[in-house]
Amino acid sequence: MTSTFLGMPGTVSMMGYSGKEGFPDNAAKAVRNSQLRFNLRKATGTIRERRASVVAELPDWQGLRQAGKAIKDHTLRDLDAYLVQLEEAVTEAGGHVHWARDAAEANRIVTGLVKATGETQVVKVKSMATQEIGLNEALHDAGITAYETDLAELIVQLGDDWPSHILVPAIHRNRSEIREIFVRHMAEWGRPAPETLTDDPAALAEAARLHLRERFLSTKVAISGANFMIAETGTLVVLESEGNGRMCLTLPETLISVVGIEKLLPTWRDLEVFLQLLPRSSTGERMNPYTSMWTGATEGQEFHLVLLDNGRTDVLADKVGRQALRCIRCSACLNVCPVYERAGGHAYGSVYPGPIGAILTPQLRGMGTELDRSLPFASSLCGACYEVCPVAIDIPTVLVELRARARHGVAERAGMAAAGWVFKRSGRLARAQRMGGRMRRLVPKRLPGPLGGWTDTRDVPAIPKESFRDWWTRTDGGNR
Amino acid sequence: MRVALFITCVNDTLFPGTGKAVVTLLRRLGVDVDFPEAQTCCGQMHLNTGYRDEGVRLARRFVDVFAGYDAVVVPSGSCGAMVREHYPRLAEEGGFAAAVAETVPKVYDLSEFLIDVLGVTDVGAHFPHKVTYHPTCHSLRGLHLGDRPARLLQEVKGLELVPLPAAEQCCGFGGTFAVKNPDISAAMCGDKVRNILDTGAEVLCAADNSCLMHIGGTLSRQKAGVRVMHLAEILASTEPEHGESR
Ligand code: SF4
Repeated sequence: MTSTFLGMPGTVSMMGYSGKEGFPDNAAKAVRNSQLRFNLRKATGTIRERRASVVAELPDWQGLRQAGKAIKDHTLRDLDAYLVQLEEAVTEAGGHVHWARDAAEANRIVTGLVKATGETQVVKVKSMATQEIGLNEALHDAGITAYETDLAELIVQLGDDWPSHILVPAIHRNRSEIREIFVRHMAEWGRPAPETLTDDPAALAEAARLHLRERFLSTKVAISGANFMIAETGTLVVLESEGNGRMCLTLPETLISVVGIEKLLPTWRDLEVFLQLLPRSSTGERMNPYTSMWTGATEGQEFHLVLLDNGRTDVLADKVGRQALRCIRCSACLNVCPVYERAGGHAYGSVYPGPIGAILTPQLRGMGTELDRSLPFASSLCGACYEVCPVAIDIPTVLVELRARARHGVAERAGMAAAGWVFKRSGRLARAQRMGGRMRRLVPKRLPGPLGGWTDTRDVPAIPKESFRDWWTRTDGGNR
Repeated sequence: MRVALFITCVNDTLFPGTGKAVVTLLRRLGVDVDFPEAQTCCGQMHLNTGYRDEGVRLARRFVDVFAGYDAVVVPSGSCGAMVREHYPRLAEEGGFAAAVAETVPKVYDLSEFLIDVLGVTDVGAHFPHKVTYHPTCHSLRGLHLGDRPARLLQEVKGLELVPLPAAEQCCGFGGTFAVKNPDISAAMCGDKVRNILDTGAEVLCAADNSCLMHIGGTLSRQKAGVRVMHLAEILASTEPEHGESR
């Protein structure tokens, strides 16, 4: 039915996971960690409510959402032409454009560009694309140190940890854990935390500010991603809340931006829609605090744009799955997801966790590992993600489509084939029901095998003596 | 008006009381409901578990069996949503789009049929108990039933409807999800059960027996003393009460 997974899949960082254990095992461990569950419940609950209230105050939200969807679909349909237009505009404005087929090529390009400057240190703006390709690790191998400057990414980096949320990478940490990380590890990376540091949020932010400020002023190369790229003007756009991104984007002499090819918008005007959709969906703010936009480079500065494919054109070729490329990484779907709230982001073994991760990672990375095969099943299909998605990605439908492409176990295949056989003729169903009715007392309280997952916490319903259809026949539809 | 009941395979096999309640209720309202015996399953389990081809076959079977009826009543939010949300896509591929376009608009959830087609909210029921209602995900976000079930329950004589905190949160059933991801599923249900117990209700009501089987199985394991009932069973209850309990 599809050729998606026959092509060359992209490489998406496994974030320390081997991929041998599936999502259910990772999630089972996470759900037993009560501190983690408490942190996640509190954090997602707060953002969820903020989002709901600022979305509710816009009477045309559904219209905006449809506009966002339509603009993205239009762009994706003519992506080739718009990308060329973008390349021309960026070049015209004094920037350099590089095309990267996959993670390895992108890492090679960026490493080469940094080396050409003679620098061994870079500052980074929070970026999903560079995490996807494992850029920090690649730079490290080339003797270059990348310093994360987003507060939450800093916490993750200092803690030698992995991000667990798209927008709030350290959502799994609470403030006393953060204090602990700062006190222990800041000195290894630069200016140490004050000895008297408390876990007061303002004190933590101040420690981070002092630590980072030194870095901004002394580093000559910055690496970023982008939320949007405008084809007609060659402008790149980054939205952030702290101002640290703006420091990185403006102070250093060389800026290298690694951006997925799907981040494109045709015109400047299209931003009108997305600058409303994104902040309200992601942080629950009416307007984004720091929106930086730049077009090419000015005198004395250099700008490189690395356009990243890494599996995206394969996703684009897939009729149902391609809608995942509309994603603007707002993370609203994570915050409403009851599975994410309990499993946490790490269980997804990818920089893209939660519902969007469950459909994006298997498409970008293929379904070769136990983990990647299990991701499309990491959902109860409750539909909360689809409801909040600002670009109306029908995540449940994509999940169901991906499930059809996953390899299934022998026992399950046999069970499903048997059920299919029974449902083929109503007479077979009636006979199966009667057999069940006769054996009703034999159903054990604890079911064997994989079905034991049910009876660990739930009773099984009693099988009735008579099915509905037998009752209908016997009583002539209740008339006798 | 020719009205058919699509009982659903789960109700047919495990919860015949719900089907009988629908028949009783509709007859009381003057609707002669038919049960086409060739019906089996809507294909939801197969489709959602990744057995698409079987799902397509069952979808085709469904539209064949129910062709020609003016209305098809379904007492299950998830099966109703399967038909309405997924059949058009499956049919396009299976080459039976015309049959789907003909039949699917006539498929109604029980509460839609009562309110939108028959135009009644007071169905003459009597059920003197404290009840809370869980709007299952597919009833809420798939079929967009909105407050229809609540409006029906509010008209039931003697019934006290108490709001369920965090009602719109999934109970964690999700079909085979409950078996494939048992730990997360159980954690979700644990939170749902806590919210139910907080209401002090005697009865948990929903419009989908699959979710009720999951929540009810947990309630019964915890010996919580709250029973679960399908909306149809409450609406079919009259004085003296003969609502079936499970
Ligand atoms: S899938 Fe939708 S809700 Fe989720 S991160 Fe992407 S845009 Fe946001």
